[in-house]
Amino acid sequence: MVDEYAVEIKGLTKKFGDFTAVDRIDLKVRRGEIFGFLGPNGAGKSTTIKMLCGLIMPSSGSGTVGGFDIWTEPEEIKMNIGYMSQRFSLYEELTVMENIDFFSGIYNVPRNKKKQRKAWVLNMAQIEEKKDHPVKTLAGGLKQRLALGCAILHEPPIIFLDEPTSGVDPLSRRNFWRLIEEMAGEGKTVFVTTHYMDEADNCHRLVLIHRGKIIAEGTPSELRSSYMKFDIAELLVDQPFVAMDILRDAGLEASLHGETVHVSLESYESCQDEIGRILKNAGLTIKGIEKVPPSLEDVFVTLVEGRE
Amino acid sequence: MRLKGIVKKEFIHIKRDPLSLAMAFLLPAILLFIYGYAVTFDVENIETVVCDRDKSSLSRELIEGFSKSGYFTIISYTESYNDVDGYIDRGDAKAGIIIPDDFSKTIRKGGLPSVEIIIDGSNSNIATIALGYVSAIEERYTRRLYPLSKEGPLIQVKTRIWYNREMRSRNFIIPGLIAVIMAVIVALLTSLTVSKEWDRGSMEQLLSTPVKPSELVLGKLIPYFIIGFADTVFAVLMSTFLFGVPLKGDPVLLFLLSSIFLFGGLSFGILISIVAKNQTIASQIAMLTTFLPAFLLSGFIFSISNMPKILQIFTLAIPARYFVTILKGIFLKGVTIEDLLWETALLSLYGLIVFFLAVKKLKKWIG
Repeated sequence: MVDEYAVEIKGLTKKFGDFTAVDRIDLKVRRGEIFGFLGPNGAGKSTTIKMLCGLIMPSSGSGTVGGFDIWTEPEEIKMNIGYMSQRFSLYEELTVMENIDFFSGIYNVPRNKKKQRKAWVLNMAQIEEKKDHPVKTLAGGLKQRLALGCAILHEPPIIFLDEPTSGVDPLSRRNFWRLIEEMAGEGKTVFVTTHYMDEADNCHRLVLIHRGKIIAEGTPSELRSSYMKFDIAELLVDQPFVAMDILRDAGLEASLHGETVHVSLESYESCQDEIGRILKNAGLTIKGIEKVPPSLEDVFVTLVEGRE
Repeated sequence: MRLKGIVKKEFIHIKRDPLSLAMAFLLPAILLFIYGYAVTFDVENIETVVCDRDKSSLSRELIEGFSKSGYFTIISYTESYNDVDGYIDRGDAKAGIIIPDDFSKTIRKGGLPSVEIIIDGSNSNIATIALGYVSAIEERYTRRLYPLSKEGPLIQVKTRIWYNREMRSRNFIIPGLIAVIMAVIVALLTSLTVSKEWDRGSMEQLLSTPVKPSELVLGKLIPYFIIGFADTVFAVLMSTFLFGVPLKGDPVLLFLLSSIFLFGGLSFGILISIVAKNQTIASQIAMLTTFLPAFLLSGFIFSISNMPKILQIFTLAIPARYFVTILKGIFLKGVTIEDLLWETALLSLYGLIVFFLAVKKLKKWIG
């Protein structure tokens, strides 16, 4: 019997004393899917991933990973997953090759496959010429790819990545997502958490978590259309911070997006002039205003603010 | 396979950290060297000031008796009684010998002269021992002067000392010292291994792999066992060749039982390391929980049978206690395994309990 779902959880809860880090969440992740688990820091993303990887035990709820029960079969789960944490837990004083050797031993990679798998990691991480360098001398992007390689030396069908791109430069981030897409193309399930909303578009399906609860789920485009009842106006102004405060004082929902300010409006066409007037009264000039499709960040901001 | 991988990795860690490696090998040797020379109860070369008012051949003979004994070193001669006081008050001398001006006259008359010996009692240990030497020298001198006297002591007590025949305190201190030093060193060695993994976050990665807690504990234990064993061999060699402590028993038995002790001590360090989760705290706990009990309650210096009953019972839980008995027994008495069955059994039991506690504790973090 082949399960359709790589990960399936029901009512999963984790309490630390009085604090409920994860509150009765339900999830289904299909095989071969890039599943994005989104939320701000402290929302419960890492706690959930740790429960799924058998690093901490849930307080209540049930679930399976790769068809194995998270309560009774943690050993089987560990043989079928690869886990990479945001800290890229490599051994800094060890060389690249020594790290690969260690993890291939830990994961019991069969002898006849060892050589091929090690070569695969070196190639995937594009790190061949640095294989005898200590890991501490590597740049963040290389460390990140090496950590991924070490975590999947044993070719697990399910891969958990906890904030894999934190602290890595934008180019490395893009390369890293290409790797994730390749793995999904090979039929592997990738469960990834991030708080970079711009990365979320790379996922097949998304779940948004806030304060331990799931607040939205769907494909990126579903999220945009079904949760966004508003239009988004993008403003280019001299002092975006000041402009954001002024608009908020006027009762509008405004947030910073790089150099620009995004404002949620009932209708862009009818409110465009109104915004211009508010800012002009405050002595600010608008250098540009246009209607933009909502980004996932807009969706997220709207959802979170609607709950507060 | 997995075990081999962990052992290999630990060896690389040790190799890449020359400071820790040097500490692991040099610290026990340095401690043994310092303590071996410092901790001694033999009193030699007691600084002595002499006030000889008689200045006769007989009085000089008496003084010679003191200086030739090796226990007293005469640092000064003085004319006045008060000067002797001054020497002792200032701490320049620990003993003073005052011979009255009628010393030789009294002897020639057939009487017993009185010689005044002053001993600085501020260090009661030295004073007691010095007093013993004084009476021995006195007796010898008197017997030489009156060989045929019937008034000598009627019963002569002859003391026979077993085992440490030379009565060199170093001989019984050093074997115990090895036990104390090794108790501290091995716990320190491993106390950092698991806490380091917590500190750097690699523990989480390890726990997500199929590695078993027992493999992890054993894999971390083996490399340090080799280091601890080398330390023990080196300490024993130092004791026999540098300090001249005779090794009467079987060295093979000694190293075999040391291995059992090392296993327990290293497991204890790992247990601390798992619980503490932080390198600084782990090493402090390791120091505190091994050094004081091993130093004070192991029977190394203070005899356990003289302790209050409650403390005696408490010492049963201190592995260094058994190791001290084992080392002293093999070194000084040359005992065999039959005499050490109790110690061996308890030391093995301790090792196994601590090892399984460590594995269980690690499992709890995972589960």
